[in-house]
Amino acid sequence: MTIDRNLVLYLEKLGRIRLTEEERAACETELQSIIGYFDQLNSLDTCGVEPLSHSFPVANVMREDCTAPSMEPALLLSNAPQKKDNCFLVYRTVE
Amino acid sequence: MSITNQTALQLAAQLRSGALRVSEVLDACYAQIEAAEPTVHGYISLCREDAYAFAAKVQARLDAGEARSALAGVPIAIKDLICTKGIPTTCASKMLEGFRPPYNATVIERLHAADLIPLGKTNMDEFAMGSTTETSAFGVTRNPHNPAHVPGGSSGGSAAVLAAGEAPIALGSDTGGSIRQPCAYCGVTGLKPTYGAVSRYGLIAYASSLDQIGPMGRCAADCAALFEIIAGRDEKDSSSMDFPAFSAAAALAGDLRGKRIGVPAEFLGEGLQPAVAKALREAAERFRALGATVEEFPLPMLAYAVPTYYIIACAEACSNLSRYDGIKYGHSAAGARDLLETYILSRSEGFGMEVKRRIMLGNFVLSSGYYDAYYKKALQAKRMLQQAYFKAFETYDMLLGPVAPTTAPKLGESLSDPLRMYLSDIYTVTVNLAGLPALALPCGTDENALPIGMQLIGKPFGESALFAAADAYQRTEDAPLGRL
Amino acid sequence: MQYETVIGLEVHTELSTKSKIFCACATRFGAAPNTQVCPVCSGMPGALPVLNQNVVEYAVRTGLATNCAITRGTKFDRKNYFYPDLPKAYQISQLHQPICTEGWVEIPNAENRTKRIRIREIHMEEDAGKLLHDPWEDASLADYNRCGVPLLEIVSQPDLRSAEEAVAYVEKLKAILEYIGVSDCKMQEGSLRADVNVSVRPCGAGEYGTRTEMKNLNSLRAIARAIASEAARQIGLLEEGGRVVQETRRWDDDRGESSPMRSKEDAQDYKYFPEPDLPPIEISEAQVEAARQALPELPETKKRRYITELGLPEYDTGIITGSIHLVRLFERASDQCGNPKEAANWIMGEVLGQLKATQTLPEDMSFDPDSLGRLIALVQSNTINRGTAKKVFAEVFSKNVDPEAYVQEHGLALITDRGAIVQALRQMLAANEKSVAQYKGGKAQALQYLIGQGMRALKGQAPAQEVRQLLEELLE
Repeated sequence: MTIDRNLVLYLEKLGRIRLTEEERAACETELQSIIGYFDQLNSLDTCGVEPLSHSFPVANVMREDCTAPSMEPALLLSNAPQKKDNCFLVYRTVE
Repeated sequence: MSITNQTALQLAAQLRSGALRVSEVLDACYAQIEAAEPTVHGYISLCREDAYAFAAKVQARLDAGEARSALAGVPIAIKDLICTKGIPTTCASKMLEGFRPPYNATVIERLHAADLIPLGKTNMDEFAMGSTTETSAFGVTRNPHNPAHVPGGSSGGSAAVLAAGEAPIALGSDTGGSIRQPCAYCGVTGLKPTYGAVSRYGLIAYASSLDQIGPMGRCAADCAALFEIIAGRDEKDSSSMDFPAFSAAAALAGDLRGKRIGVPAEFLGEGLQPAVAKALREAAERFRALGATVEEFPLPMLAYAVPTYYIIACAEACSNLSRYDGIKYGHSAAGARDLLETYILSRSEGFGMEVKRRIMLGNFVLSSGYYDAYYKKALQAKRMLQQAYFKAFETYDMLLGPVAPTTAPKLGESLSDPLRMYLSDIYTVTVNLAGLPALALPCGTDENALPIGMQLIGKPFGESALFAAADAYQRTEDAPLGRL
Repeated sequence: MQYETVIGLEVHTELSTKSKIFCACATRFGAAPNTQVCPVCSGMPGALPVLNQNVVEYAVRTGLATNCAITRGTKFDRKNYFYPDLPKAYQISQLHQPICTEGWVEIPNAENRTKRIRIREIHMEEDAGKLLHDPWEDASLADYNRCGVPLLEIVSQPDLRSAEEAVAYVEKLKAILEYIGVSDCKMQEGSLRADVNVSVRPCGAGEYGTRTEMKNLNSLRAIARAIASEAARQIGLLEEGGRVVQETRRWDDDRGESSPMRSKEDAQDYKYFPEPDLPPIEISEAQVEAARQALPELPETKKRRYITELGLPEYDTGIITGSIHLVRLFERASDQCGNPKEAANWIMGEVLGQLKATQTLPEDMSFDPDSLGRLIALVQSNTINRGTAKKVFAEVFSKNVDPEAYVQEHGLALITDRGAIVQALRQMLAANEKSVAQYKGGKAQALQYLIGQGMRALKGQAPAQEVRQLLEELLE
């Protein structure tokens, strides 16, 4: 797998982050070596192995359909950078 | 012996007997914090007022003969990614500077109910991403054994304050070694519990399928006492599990006679510092002297551990960290002119480079076109690794190995080459991938008097066996406890 | 050239559970902003989801009612995207193993036969919050009350061929969801809404054309208009030699037109992966069987039974069984009056008439459902006549009056004293000598006039049959 500048730019876009040109250049090299190392996995034969996402075979952990008191809006919004009328204030959304 | 050199259980006994007052213990801790912090910098913030206020209530209960736990009245340091209501919780990130959670983590509720008293929040690698505590946005923590060296990470602050006598006991979290490796570097003891043994509710997530909160202390007995308090099913965490109630007293009563300890041969392969290999052989001898058999066995899956771990951890991390968008809490860029800029600038300013790197890696392995080759493949390797461990446990009661290939590196040595830093996690990450418990404890020092740590790896919910072995080891003559 | 429109629908329905899908916050519609929010549904760092068991139960019920296979081992996935109405920046949804697959429902088609519309899958997910535009700041306000309200997404195959079919399909789904009690399906409150995929192709063509998608249509009218407009737009493009671009379009129901929103090239990479915070769900055969046994009678079965057992006309049964609210009213009324045909007539006549006149939806009827049956009983017992009953029903419908009390208070009961009727008719005849003479002279129509005058004299409050009979006797 070859990592180029365009892929780095695409990954920045996916992660909603923006690197400086200097960081971007360094990142290209670092990601190349890290992902190159990830490629070692290719030598492992995983044919027919079911992926394991949860470590233990636990299933059906659910709760009853009961309500409990919610938070006070003031507490919910206590860390909000911008708020108005008990809502989080954001730049106008386009969709 | 001074207050700050004692174990948590020793303090608790004196608090119960009235030989010590809770405020005396707090005074001693905060005095030691003032003395050591200029060098160590293990804490991000202190909660002195809350501590004394709570201490008064705890003292009243102790005076009335009511000790609500084996550690009632003992002060505790909390890693700064565990939510404490109204008390800053930063994850050592500029992104969460000033963030005061509107709720308590389940473990914090359990500490309160057990009358343990939080002293402050400890430093760590930003969002638990790192192995040195150098990626913290609030300055590095130094190893109390030698301030030119790192304390390890990500729970470096918790390990350092224990080693420096700034707290008798602490909470850390371990996603790929973040409790065990700093314990090894700082010469203290810590447990990465079985996945699901301790509630993650209120633990700010790095990699949800691997994260566990665990106890850290000066000895295994202290860790067992704290584990008893925090472990157990929590209805707020779907991944927390029901398992037979853990009893520290019962665990520590066990002995090692007839126990079979396996050492994965690959754990002793190339790259292991000679002093670490030597300390490990000596530890094996001590376990034999205690009546256990110790033998090597092959674990070839180890070769795939690091890529498997980083693929899974980064994938989950990039999703878990997407919520930091400058809208609800945390850093919000002042210069943003529209919604997209709010996201991009807030995240670019708020996250450090290591966090950004892992977000990008996570986005890479999950993005369409690469998912099967990387993420799915890693989940398959994860199953194979777990099966390899389960197979070993058909023969062995527990496994023994080093925690890290070397003792603590010097400050500034690790960050320059991220891949090399990732590779140093080789002995710890497999345990998280397989969901197993593992206990790290000191087993000697190297030529520079830096602590060396070993780990005992157990079967799922086999914490009792690990504590029994570690406690037996630590009660042998001249056993390294790593206390300063 | 003749074109065929091909339509597939993704219908989102909010489930009527008491609490949200992953936390214990209430799901009440219309609460003050951010008053039904907790650390879990607001995406606070460290908070974790715990699944509401009723969501799974409702999903299984919905799958069975739409002839789906129930997935025995199902799980949740994360769908990652940034948007201010999604506080965690991922939606917990299902991609790989949705809880229900491969079902179908039947709709009436143009020839009034039934057509089977296949359902590809039904999956469980959480709803997002609401963004309100703030004109003062030219900004948006995020309210998270709706975050975490449980949703089912019902995805059809592209089996629909017209706006009418699409509407019939949504109406059928709505009826089923209401019957099985999993959703209140109030489109005006957004608890039932649809994403519409539309493509066109020359009649007879084997392959589908390029499709476009319009999201979040929240009325049947909008669905119908959006489809018709989009099909026309695509046909226009093709006729001019252009081509359709795969894209998401925004439907503006006020202006009656759509505009491009996002092209395929800008399509987001949602980076789905298994949700690590939620263990998988295993559904047993016994659980599915129990749910199947507990299913109520569904619209198609009920319709057939009404036709065969009650002898109701097919058209009427189609209308009545189309809404659980009409069904409930009908079954109560027919129990009460013992005459299903009469009850059905009243529903088809007066009830539908009032609904239409007042622009009310069946689910918003607020009168005591017993009142209709009692009113019909009053007619059957000759206490009031039909005309009076219709007037009383208008009062029942609009003001929820008690029928008996209203009839009594307003003196609307029929005169049952024979002597009183005879006396009134005699007075009437005396005042109408001319007509009496005409009748006696053999002019039969004069009788109709005299009956009318008699009813008038009695203020309409005597049984018409009896008035006619007495009048004939008096004239003899």
